[in-house]
Amino acid sequence: MKLQDKLINSFEKFGQSLSGSETDSLRKMRTEGIEVFKNLGFPTTKDEEWKYTSLNKCIKRDYDFGAEFSLDIRSEDVDRFLCTGIDSYKLVFVNGVFNASLSNTTQQDKFFVSNLKDAYEGNSELFNQYYGTIADKELSMVGLNTAYAQEGAFIHVKAGAVVDKLIQILYINSDSSRSMMNQARNLIIAEDRGEVQILERHQSLSDEYVFTNSVTEISVGNEANVKHFKVQNDIDTASLVDSTFVKQGTKSTALVDTFVFSGELTRNNLHFEFTGEHAEAHMDAITLLKGSSLVDHHTFVDHAVPNCQSFQMYKGIYDEKSKGVFNGKVMVRKDAQKTNAYQQNNNLLLSDFASIDTKPQLEIFADDVACSHGCTIGQLDEEALFYMQSRGIPLKEAKAFLMFAFAGDTLKNITIPELKEQLVNLVARELKVDLELN
Amino acid sequence: MLKIKDLRVEIEGKEIIKGLSLEINKGEVHAIMGPNGAGKSTLSAVIAGRDEYEVTGGSIEFEGKDIMDMAPEDRAHAGVFLSFQYPVEIPGVSVTNFIKTALNESRKARDLDPMPAKDMLKLMREKQALLEMDKQFMSRSLNEGFSGGEKKRNEIFQMAMLDPKLAILDETDSGLDIDALRIVANGVNKLKNEDNAVMIITHYQRLLDHIIPDFVHVLYDGKIVKSGDKNLAIELEEKGYDWIKKEIEA
Repeated sequence: MKLQDKLINSFEKFGQSLSGSETDSLRKMRTEGIEVFKNLGFPTTKDEEWKYTSLNKCIKRDYDFGAEFSLDIRSEDVDRFLCTGIDSYKLVFVNGVFNASLSNTTQQDKFFVSNLKDAYEGNSELFNQYYGTIADKELSMVGLNTAYAQEGAFIHVKAGAVVDKLIQILYINSDSSRSMMNQARNLIIAEDRGEVQILERHQSLSDEYVFTNSVTEISVGNEANVKHFKVQNDIDTASLVDSTFVKQGTKSTALVDTFVFSGELTRNNLHFEFTGEHAEAHMDAITLLKGSSLVDHHTFVDHAVPNCQSFQMYKGIYDEKSKGVFNGKVMVRKDAQKTNAYQQNNNLLLSDFASIDTKPQLEIFADDVACSHGCTIGQLDEEALFYMQSRGIPLKEAKAFLMFAFAGDTLKNITIPELKEQLVNLVARELKVDLELN
Repeated sequence: MLKIKDLRVEIEGKEIIKGLSLEINKGEVHAIMGPNGAGKSTLSAVIAGRDEYEVTGGSIEFEGKDIMDMAPEDRAHAGVFLSFQYPVEIPGVSVTNFIKTALNESRKARDLDPMPAKDMLKLMREKQALLEMDKQFMSRSLNEGFSGGEKKRNEIFQMAMLDPKLAILDETDSGLDIDALRIVANGVNKLKNEDNAVMIITHYQRLLDHIIPDFVHVLYDGKIVKSGDKNLAIELEEKGYDWIKKEIEA
């Protein structure tokens, strides 16, 4: 049976298996979700938004879902995918299931970090208020996720609270007995003036194929500040479709910073919507790919109100047969005067077989705005390489310096030194050099 | 130290160096002068190992070793240094980090451990002072937004740090005001000793007022057509290159 049909047909049984404590409204959302998925199916390259990225290879495989997967894992296997040397709150999910003993949650007056399932089973008022209100329900991948999602991060920051530590969300897939499809779901709420920083990672340790369809909703209150870092460095039997929706209030700041180093297929859908004025959105990304990995960065920024700013800085370096897509859409609606939207996508192609499709899309209906976009595709500068070599720096290191110099300005928004160091080290490791890059 | 025999070099099928021979011994300063397009910069790039040039004949030996097949970094490790006419800007890499990496790579090639941070800092301070560079300079991105004079001082600073056996200065005087010229020349003179050598490529006499050459060669149409002592440079400054052209064509 095709994966799509299997997902649709299994839904009824899945519904019966659910705990009786799920609210009617959540059940209704699930049913609506599967209906959307049933109507639209998996996206195909005929869909304008999926023109350059085919899910075909991914979805023609058979995956198990909703089954009982092995939950055994050694803590060493988890630790190496976490940012270490820093005190943090942790949410670790093993094969789609929350693992309390590997996690470090917190329930405080000012904020809490917990598993989503506990929230909806406990009929949390907050959950009911926010869940499913930020994501675009009309998208098939969101529909599918909503139908099946049970576990994920639930983070709440009360007004004026600053979360004192980095929050790490780690999804580990470790069951090597069968292929697996996951529906991860995160809900992050920062109320007015709340501040929080999050690191998210999906990692497979399995020999079998893993396909993750993740949805994250982030509500950023007035004057709140949310930074969300995503490390996408999975093995080449793992694919990820990540849809992240951010809704920002007045004078708020939000950042999504994505690091892509590997994985069979990675699709990032990033939606930002401003509901209050003078808000600021940042989207940064470094993509460093080789082999036959594919990454597709789709961004959509909705300037619905005046006086907001959005900054997109996407840097990609593609080697061997890797492939990249950047599609950045900025919508400036009629009333969104004094919008400032900046978008940059720079790429280096290191091999004749690597490719990038880059497409900026600006739709501007206001007349007093500053919007700019630019994209470049190039190779490493031969003159610069010779210059460094002539000073005794070997070619490999010289290339690494140039690549780091090329991509490094996307690191400027990382304010936690340990996190920055870890990410720089990851980049150095990808470039296979032992250099002090910063 | 450097022995070039009957060197022939092409770029994109066009011959630039047409049978050039030159010998530089330790302790010597050689000046290569000549009109635009004579092949001066090509010569320096070929010695340093730039691979876009095709060597079609002749040989280059450095310290008794054929260096023609060596990568630029290996030539650097062997003691060749080229100061660029147009130093390349590398945003995102600080002067400190760059020179530290270059120096330690060269030590690695000689099976030495990286220089301890304290010694490195001391050495950098010393060489900075020699080139009259201020501290902030070191944390700036390499050559990015540097003035012409700053770029050239930075080149000589790197030379001072790397302590090469043969320093090739490609038009180091171009784009320098009088003060910067003095600082750069002073730096080179202080680094000069009886075990190393300098090859200065220039159009003009003015740098040679500060760094006195032992030999002056005129490069014209891919060959050295005349050699002499420092007085040849003065003569060239006075008379231009036309008389040499006439002499050759006669």
